[in-house]
Parts: sequence; structure tokens; C-alpha cells
Amino acid sequence: MKFGVVVFPGSNCDHDAWYAVRENLGQEAEFIWHDSDRLGNLDAVILPGGFSYGDYLRCGAIAKFSPVMQAVKKFAADGGLVLGICNGFQILVEAGLLPGALVRNAGLKFVCREVRLRTETTDSPFTAAAHKGQILRVPIAHGEGCYVADERTLDELEAEDRVLFRYLDNPNGSARDIAGIVNRERNVMGMMPHPERASDPLMGSTDGLVIFQSVVSAFAHA
Amino acid sequence: MTTITPDLIATHQLTEAEYDKIVGILGREPTYTELGIFSVMWSEHCSYKSSRLHLKKLPTRGKMVVQGPGENAGIIDIGGGYVAAFKIESHNHPSFIEPFQGAATGVGGILRDIFTMGALPIAVMDALRFGPLDDPANGARNRRILEGVVSGIAHYGNCFGVPTVGGECVFESCYNGNPLINVFALGIAKKDEIFYAKAAGVGNPVIYVGAKTGKDGIHGASMASAEFTEESKQKRPNVQVGDPFLEKLLLEACLEAMHTGAIVGIQDMGAAGLTCSTCEMGSRGGTGIEIELDLVPQRETGMTAYEIMLSESQERMLLVADHGREEEVFHVFKKWGLDAVAVGKVTGDGLLRVRHHGEIVAEIPNQPLADSAPLYDRPHTKPLRQAPMEAPEFTSQDLTRDLLMLLGSADICSKRWIWQQYDYQVRTNTIAGPGSDAAILRVKETGESLAMSLDGNARYCYLSPREGAQLIVAECCRNLAVVGAEPVGATNNLNFGNPERPEIMAQLVDAIEGIADACRHFETPITGGNVSLYNETLGEGVWPSPVVGIVGLMKTGAPVGTHFREPGRAVMLIGSLDESDPVRFGGTQYAKVILKQLWGLPPALDMDYEKRVQAAVREIVRAGLTESAHDLSDGGLAVALAECSFGPDSTGACVYVDEEGSLPIALFHEGPSRILISTSEPRRAQQIASAHGVDATQIGVTIKDRLQIINHGTMLIDGEVQALKRAWEGALEHMLHS
Repeated sequence: MKFGVVVFPGSNCDHDAWYAVRENLGQEAEFIWHDSDRLGNLDAVILPGGFSYGDYLRCGAIAKFSPVMQAVKKFAADGGLVLGICNGFQILVEAGLLPGALVRNAGLKFVCREVRLRTETTDSPFTAAAHKGQILRVPIAHGEGCYVADERTLDELEAEDRVLFRYLDNPNGSARDIAGIVNRERNVMGMMPHPERASDPLMGSTDGLVIFQSVVSAFAHA
Repeated sequence: MTTITPDLIATHQLTEAEYDKIVGILGREPTYTELGIFSVMWSEHCSYKSSRLHLKKLPTRGKMVVQGPGENAGIIDIGGGYVAAFKIESHNHPSFIEPFQGAATGVGGILRDIFTMGALPIAVMDALRFGPLDDPANGARNRRILEGVVSGIAHYGNCFGVPTVGGECVFESCYNGNPLINVFALGIAKKDEIFYAKAAGVGNPVIYVGAKTGKDGIHGASMASAEFTEESKQKRPNVQVGDPFLEKLLLEACLEAMHTGAIVGIQDMGAAGLTCSTCEMGSRGGTGIEIELDLVPQRETGMTAYEIMLSESQERMLLVADHGREEEVFHVFKKWGLDAVAVGKVTGDGLLRVRHHGEIVAEIPNQPLADSAPLYDRPHTKPLRQAPMEAPEFTSQDLTRDLLMLLGSADICSKRWIWQQYDYQVRTNTIAGPGSDAAILRVKETGESLAMSLDGNARYCYLSPREGAQLIVAECCRNLAVVGAEPVGATNNLNFGNPERPEIMAQLVDAIEGIADACRHFETPITGGNVSLYNETLGEGVWPSPVVGIVGLMKTGAPVGTHFREPGRAVMLIGSLDESDPVRFGGTQYAKVILKQLWGLPPALDMDYEKRVQAAVREIVRAGLTESAHDLSDGGLAVALAECSFGPDSTGACVYVDEEGSLPIALFHEGPSRILISTSEPRRAQQIASAHGVDATQIGVTIKDRLQIINHGTMLIDGEVQALKRAWEGALEHMLHS
């Protein structure tokens, strides 16, 4: 299958996602420049980590206006699989494809370290290859990763089984320990931790690979 | 028209003799703009006028060196058609005045030095020096400077997308008014795609790219070349403001533009901005450069020629393109949303000619401006030191308590609070990051990995600049050997006080000679570096603080960590324990933290033996015989054993020493040439060591949860690993926030 990795000015995990897909997952990957208004022939889209457009104003706030995001919205509306990682999650939230917001970490500092995630549901194309309750060791690297939403939204996310991952040791103050969520249609996901950094044995953990493998098998069975 | 008066010359930090030389070069009085141009190019920071004579003593050649000193960064061949470009830079003075921006732009500056060579930056390390966090008079300021510096480094590196993979952080009173911020950056490029900062081809356009020029950073280079006084705080406008996002775009655009083949030469605008980039490129190319300042993109109106030429606004580059292919270059920069403007052309007359509003405001021969800066053989006497040679009497009441105190002391404690703010993994090459003896970065393109180590020890250098400097190089190489890497090239940052004081100049000369000896011995040529002098505030200088960064090569593979993994493994000491001279104990952390004194000389180093120890360990590690490897450094054997125990499995050790003499020296001496390994194959490790003529002694065994050191049946140290770890891990945050 073919993944597209969007490149915004300021994306800096674009090559990492591309490498994980090609070298660790063994699938095709290509870059998509931020001012293209068409995605071409893709099976899944990754919005990678980084500081899109410098993250001026607010993380992801400018990226949502880019031409490529109009294409991503259409792709998602047509049922395409979209993964937003770190800054990609922030962008999806700003673009209204996922609910809630990501604000500064509770400690007000950028945090880079490995965290443990609990897989909360396997009912999604992003977690189907994992088992419920599976603990994943995946790194985080962000300054604005504290997930917040109003109580009703949080209740809804839980009621609809849309929390994909929770932190076992909440590193940023996220509401209800939420680390990753999926939209109601279950084809757009966002997570702050970096599965592409936990896909290669040399990087210390390959626990993130299960997320990409889920996407591949979901695509194969679609 | 400003008249050049003696006062004006003095405020430009030029001596009368230097001014006369300028008049000689020009054959007339300089204009105001020309005076400014000379003053920055001939500043200590840009011209190395006090150190150049002695820097020549450094070995700069080696079979793998592609580019030695003189370019924006040094380059070594790493095989597989690739090279590594690396260099270290200081941003000491700006970081004292404005810690966040000072440190951030320090990172930005060195990154540009790397990618201007055509290399993609893949890692950064930092050597940081601050005044004590609990200093009665300056503690609050020192804490504020540390927090600002760390945030600044994190802000710039994280956003730019280069991992900050390690470094070191040390506290001494001499840094109260002079923190040191040294940034060591490494990049990779294809060997046939290296770019140089040369302006060649008469008629070729000179193109300005990147950020607009503003009034920030004017005279930054000269500020970095003077001592600080109370008025220095007023120099905040001399500190530049960084924008890592813009730098990231500049990186992408420059590398892409280089691929077009239309670029002839390129240099970043760092210290002394447009002035330095124009005259240095012209000088290297043996050409002239003519620029029109009206064409320079400017952030504000009404800037004078003087200000435009001296501005140190960040994120700017100057390049020379092939005549007729400008459009290809413009196209790339337009894609990345950056300014790219032809501001002049390369000429054949060897002159830097600057026009503004239709008038020539400067016309200076490039070559003497860039290369004929005054060269001083400053008098040097005996290195300054005010410490007794004789050791005091000392014994320990409680060695376990001493160990706990050392583990929780500022220099030795965990620096996690710092490095956790850095993205040390971006680009997914970091095989070993912060907390490791050396960082390891894989090069995906070649299947090899690069190891990096960064070290300094001003305590040792204060006691003996020459021996201290040798110990630093040895430790750096040892750190690389511990992870299995072969050291191949080095860079250094020489942070010293005022070179016009003969006893300070003597420190500098001795340290350079020490580095030169050691680099020759360990076959690590110096491919470039930086000199930061005048690190003095109100007459108090920093201790001699050379910092050395060394790059090593190794095969890519799973790293051997510092931590013990399984109980029941042999704990071996490669190298020797048998140094007991108390005079040599006076520069150790034990002397500093427990005895609160400084005396004598640094630990003795036998470079031949050290080299053999390193070769032995490298071979043992590469043979896959170790589960852990860690060198003995600050805090000696006991601290190293504790650090080895701080892994996720809480595996400690029970170790036996057979000591007849001083127990503090046996446990805490920092003698070099010693490495701890844990292994299930002690005999094979021993065989390799003895083939190198090196001792390898099994001193104990790994055990669960405790660290014990026993001497002739007496328990000297007995601690729970978790309790020791808590003291070590929480100390820095406690010092910062209590």
C-alpha cells in the first residue's frame, strides 16, 4: 500500500515517518508538498511531527489553512485513512477533523522521553493488529501535548470507544490520560507519541510498528 | 560624514597600531563604515589575533581529513561516499546578557556553519558551564541563566529538527559572571557534494538569501572580544534574536539549491554578518566583491551602511551563483518562501566595494582585511594558579555518605532535567543519546555510525593547563572507545580569560600545546574550532576551560549501554587502579564536594597506556563480550559503579578492593585509563586486554538491588541502588527549585 507523508514548511519528522513506512514496514511512501491541493493516488496519509509554519500563533493553527489540508479533508470525508502524529495531531484538531485541543504541557516544558501507552480499543484501523490492553513503549517529544476537551466531548469519546491510547504515566497533564483518539467515522486518528520513532530495533523499541501494521491490514481487508 | 577621532577608534576596540595598519592598507583614512568593518574583522572573535600563532601547533592533518581549519566546518571522510562536517562554537557572552536568545542563536550559528558546507546537520551536543546554583550571592541569577540557556537550546534545536544528543554541564564559581555555552554540531554530506565558501568566477552574481537585515547584533563580534563590566548589561541589543523555523527553511532551501548545481560558493552570515561573508569569500577565492546595500532586504527603514554591514541578524546566507543560472536558485528560495536577491557580483580587482545610495561607502582589499589581521605574540609567563601543591590531611568518616553526597552533587548528578527538554531522537538516528558515555548516530546512508563525545575539565586545567588539556582529549577518546568507536577527528573550543594578562596567556598556550600533544598521540587531528577569550567579568576570569569534541566511527549495531543488566556477571576493571599520590587527588570531585578544597595536580596520564586501554576496550566491546561498559571519570570507581547500577533493572554490584592506603583515594580517585565492564566472558575479555598489554581484573560480580564495596572483609560502602539513584536523579531539580 502507499502512504503519503505531508511536508509542511517546518515539518521535521517527515523523513522519519517516510523511513519507518518504507524500511521498517516495507510499504511505499511518498512526500506531499503543503501547497498541493491534490493527494494523488494514496491509500493513507500521515501528517508528521514538527513545527508546521513555525507553529506561530498556535500549534497547527496556520497549517489548517494550507491547500493540502483541504485535500486531506476531502480524502478523510471519502473514508481515507489519516494519521496525525504529534504536530499532525495538533493540526487535525485545529482543522476540526478531531475534537478537543492540545495545550502546553502541565510542566510548561518540552518533554522528550519514552512513555508507556495502554491500547484502549482494537476497534479501529489503527489498532486492530494490537490486543486490547497491550502496553506500548513509544517516545513523546512535545511542548504542547496536553489534550483537553470539555467534559461532554470526553464522555462522548469514551462512550463511543474512540480513545485509542492512554498514558500509563501521564507526562503532560492530558485529560483522562488521553494520548490518542479517533474520529467518529474511525478513519482519522491523532496521537502525541511518535510510533515512527518506535519502529526500528536500533531505536530501542518497535512497539509503534503495530499501529502501522494495523493500517496495512485494515487496508488489505477493505 | 563621521570624523574618525581617537575616541571613536578606541570604542571600536582598535589600538593605535592597528589603526595605523588600516591606514597603511587603504593608503588613506578609513570611512566610518570601513572603520566598523575593520573593527569586527580584526576583533579577537573573528581574527584569532592572540591565539593564531599558537593554534598553528595543533595537528590538522590525517588520512581521513578532507577539510581542516579555515572553512566554516572541518570535514572527515566516513566512507561509503559520505563525509561528516563538524565544529564547535561558543556563545558565551550573549548567553550571559540574554540567556534564552544567546543560547538559541548559538545553536543557530553553528548549524549554519554545518549546512553551508552542504551537510545536513544530524546532531548537536552542548558543553555548559554556570556559576553554582546555590551560590549565596549569585545563585538566583545562575539558576535563571541555566533555565534560559536550556530553554533556548531546546527551542532552537527542537524546532529546527536536529537532535540534541548529549553534552555536559558543570558548575564552578568562576562562571558566576561568565557562563560558557559551547555547541558542537555534526552533519553529513556526500563526498562529491561539499560546498566551500569561495567567491569564484568574475561576473558571477552574489546572492543574499534568508532573513531580512535588522539592527540586531551590531558589534556582537566585538562584544565577544571584550571583558564584561557593569555596563555590559546595556549591551542587550547586541544579542541577536533567532528564528529556528526560518533556519529550517533556509537549510532545506540551501541544500535544494546546492543540488541544482548553480551554486559556486556559499557562506553563512554569522559573526560580523555581511562584512565577514563578503570579504572572507572574496579572500578565499582571490577575487573582489562588489555589493549594493540598497538591494539588501531590510527589516526597517533608514539603516546606515555601517549598520547593514555590521548587523548580525540571524538566518542569512550569502552565495555566489553561476552567471546565467540565477533563476534556478531564485526558484528554489521562492518555493520555500525566502528572500533571495542578487546584491552584487564577483569582480577581478580583489576589492570589497560597498555602495549605498549611489555612493561608495567602503572599498577595502579583501585579502588583507580577511587575512592580515594583526597577529600578536602576547607575553606569557607562568599559568595563573592559586592553589597549594601539598595535599591536606584527610580521612573519611562514612564512605557511603560520601558517595551519596557525590551522587547528589551538581557536577555528577543526573542531568535528565536538562536533556529531557531536548528532542534527542528526531531524525531517528540516535542509537545512544544523553546519559551515554558517547552519543551514537547511525548514518542510514552508509550502514556506519558516528559517535560523538564532548568533554572539558577546568578544575584539572586550573591546576595544570597542559596536563588538564591532555586528560580532556584522553577522556573524549576513551568515551568513544567505550561504545566501540574509533576516534577520527576533533574540534576544540578554547574558553579563556583576558589574553593580555601574561598568566592567562600562559594558560592558553599550555592548554593548546597539551591538546596538540594528545591529539597527535590519539590520532585525532583538529579540523577546526573556536577561541573565546576575554571571559572575564569585573576582573575575574574563568578558569582555563578548553572543551574538546571528538567524532568516532563504528559499525551500526545495537549499542552496549552503561548499565549492568543481569546479576551474576563478572565486573571487570580494564586498566589500573594503582595510583595513590594524594597530590594528584586535589582536582577531583571528592576534593571539591567532600573536602571543599583544591590542590596539587590533576590525575597523572600515561598516554601510551591510555591508548592501549582504549584499543583493548574497543576490541572487547566490538567482539560483543560486554553487557555494559562505562569509563571511570568524575567521582572515580565508586561513582562509576553507582552509575552502572542505575539501569531499569536495578542491577548493582558487589566489588572487592584490596587497598592498603587511603580509602577515599581508592574509591574516588579520577585516574584515567580505567573502564568498568560487566561480562559473562571474563576470560576472553582478559585475553584481549593482555594482548594489548593492559590489566583486566575481575573486581566483583553484579547483584540485585545493592551496591557494595568491600575491602579486606570490611564493608566500605553498602547502599540500596534505588536510594543511591534517588539522590542522583532528583538533585538538579531540587537545586533549581528550592
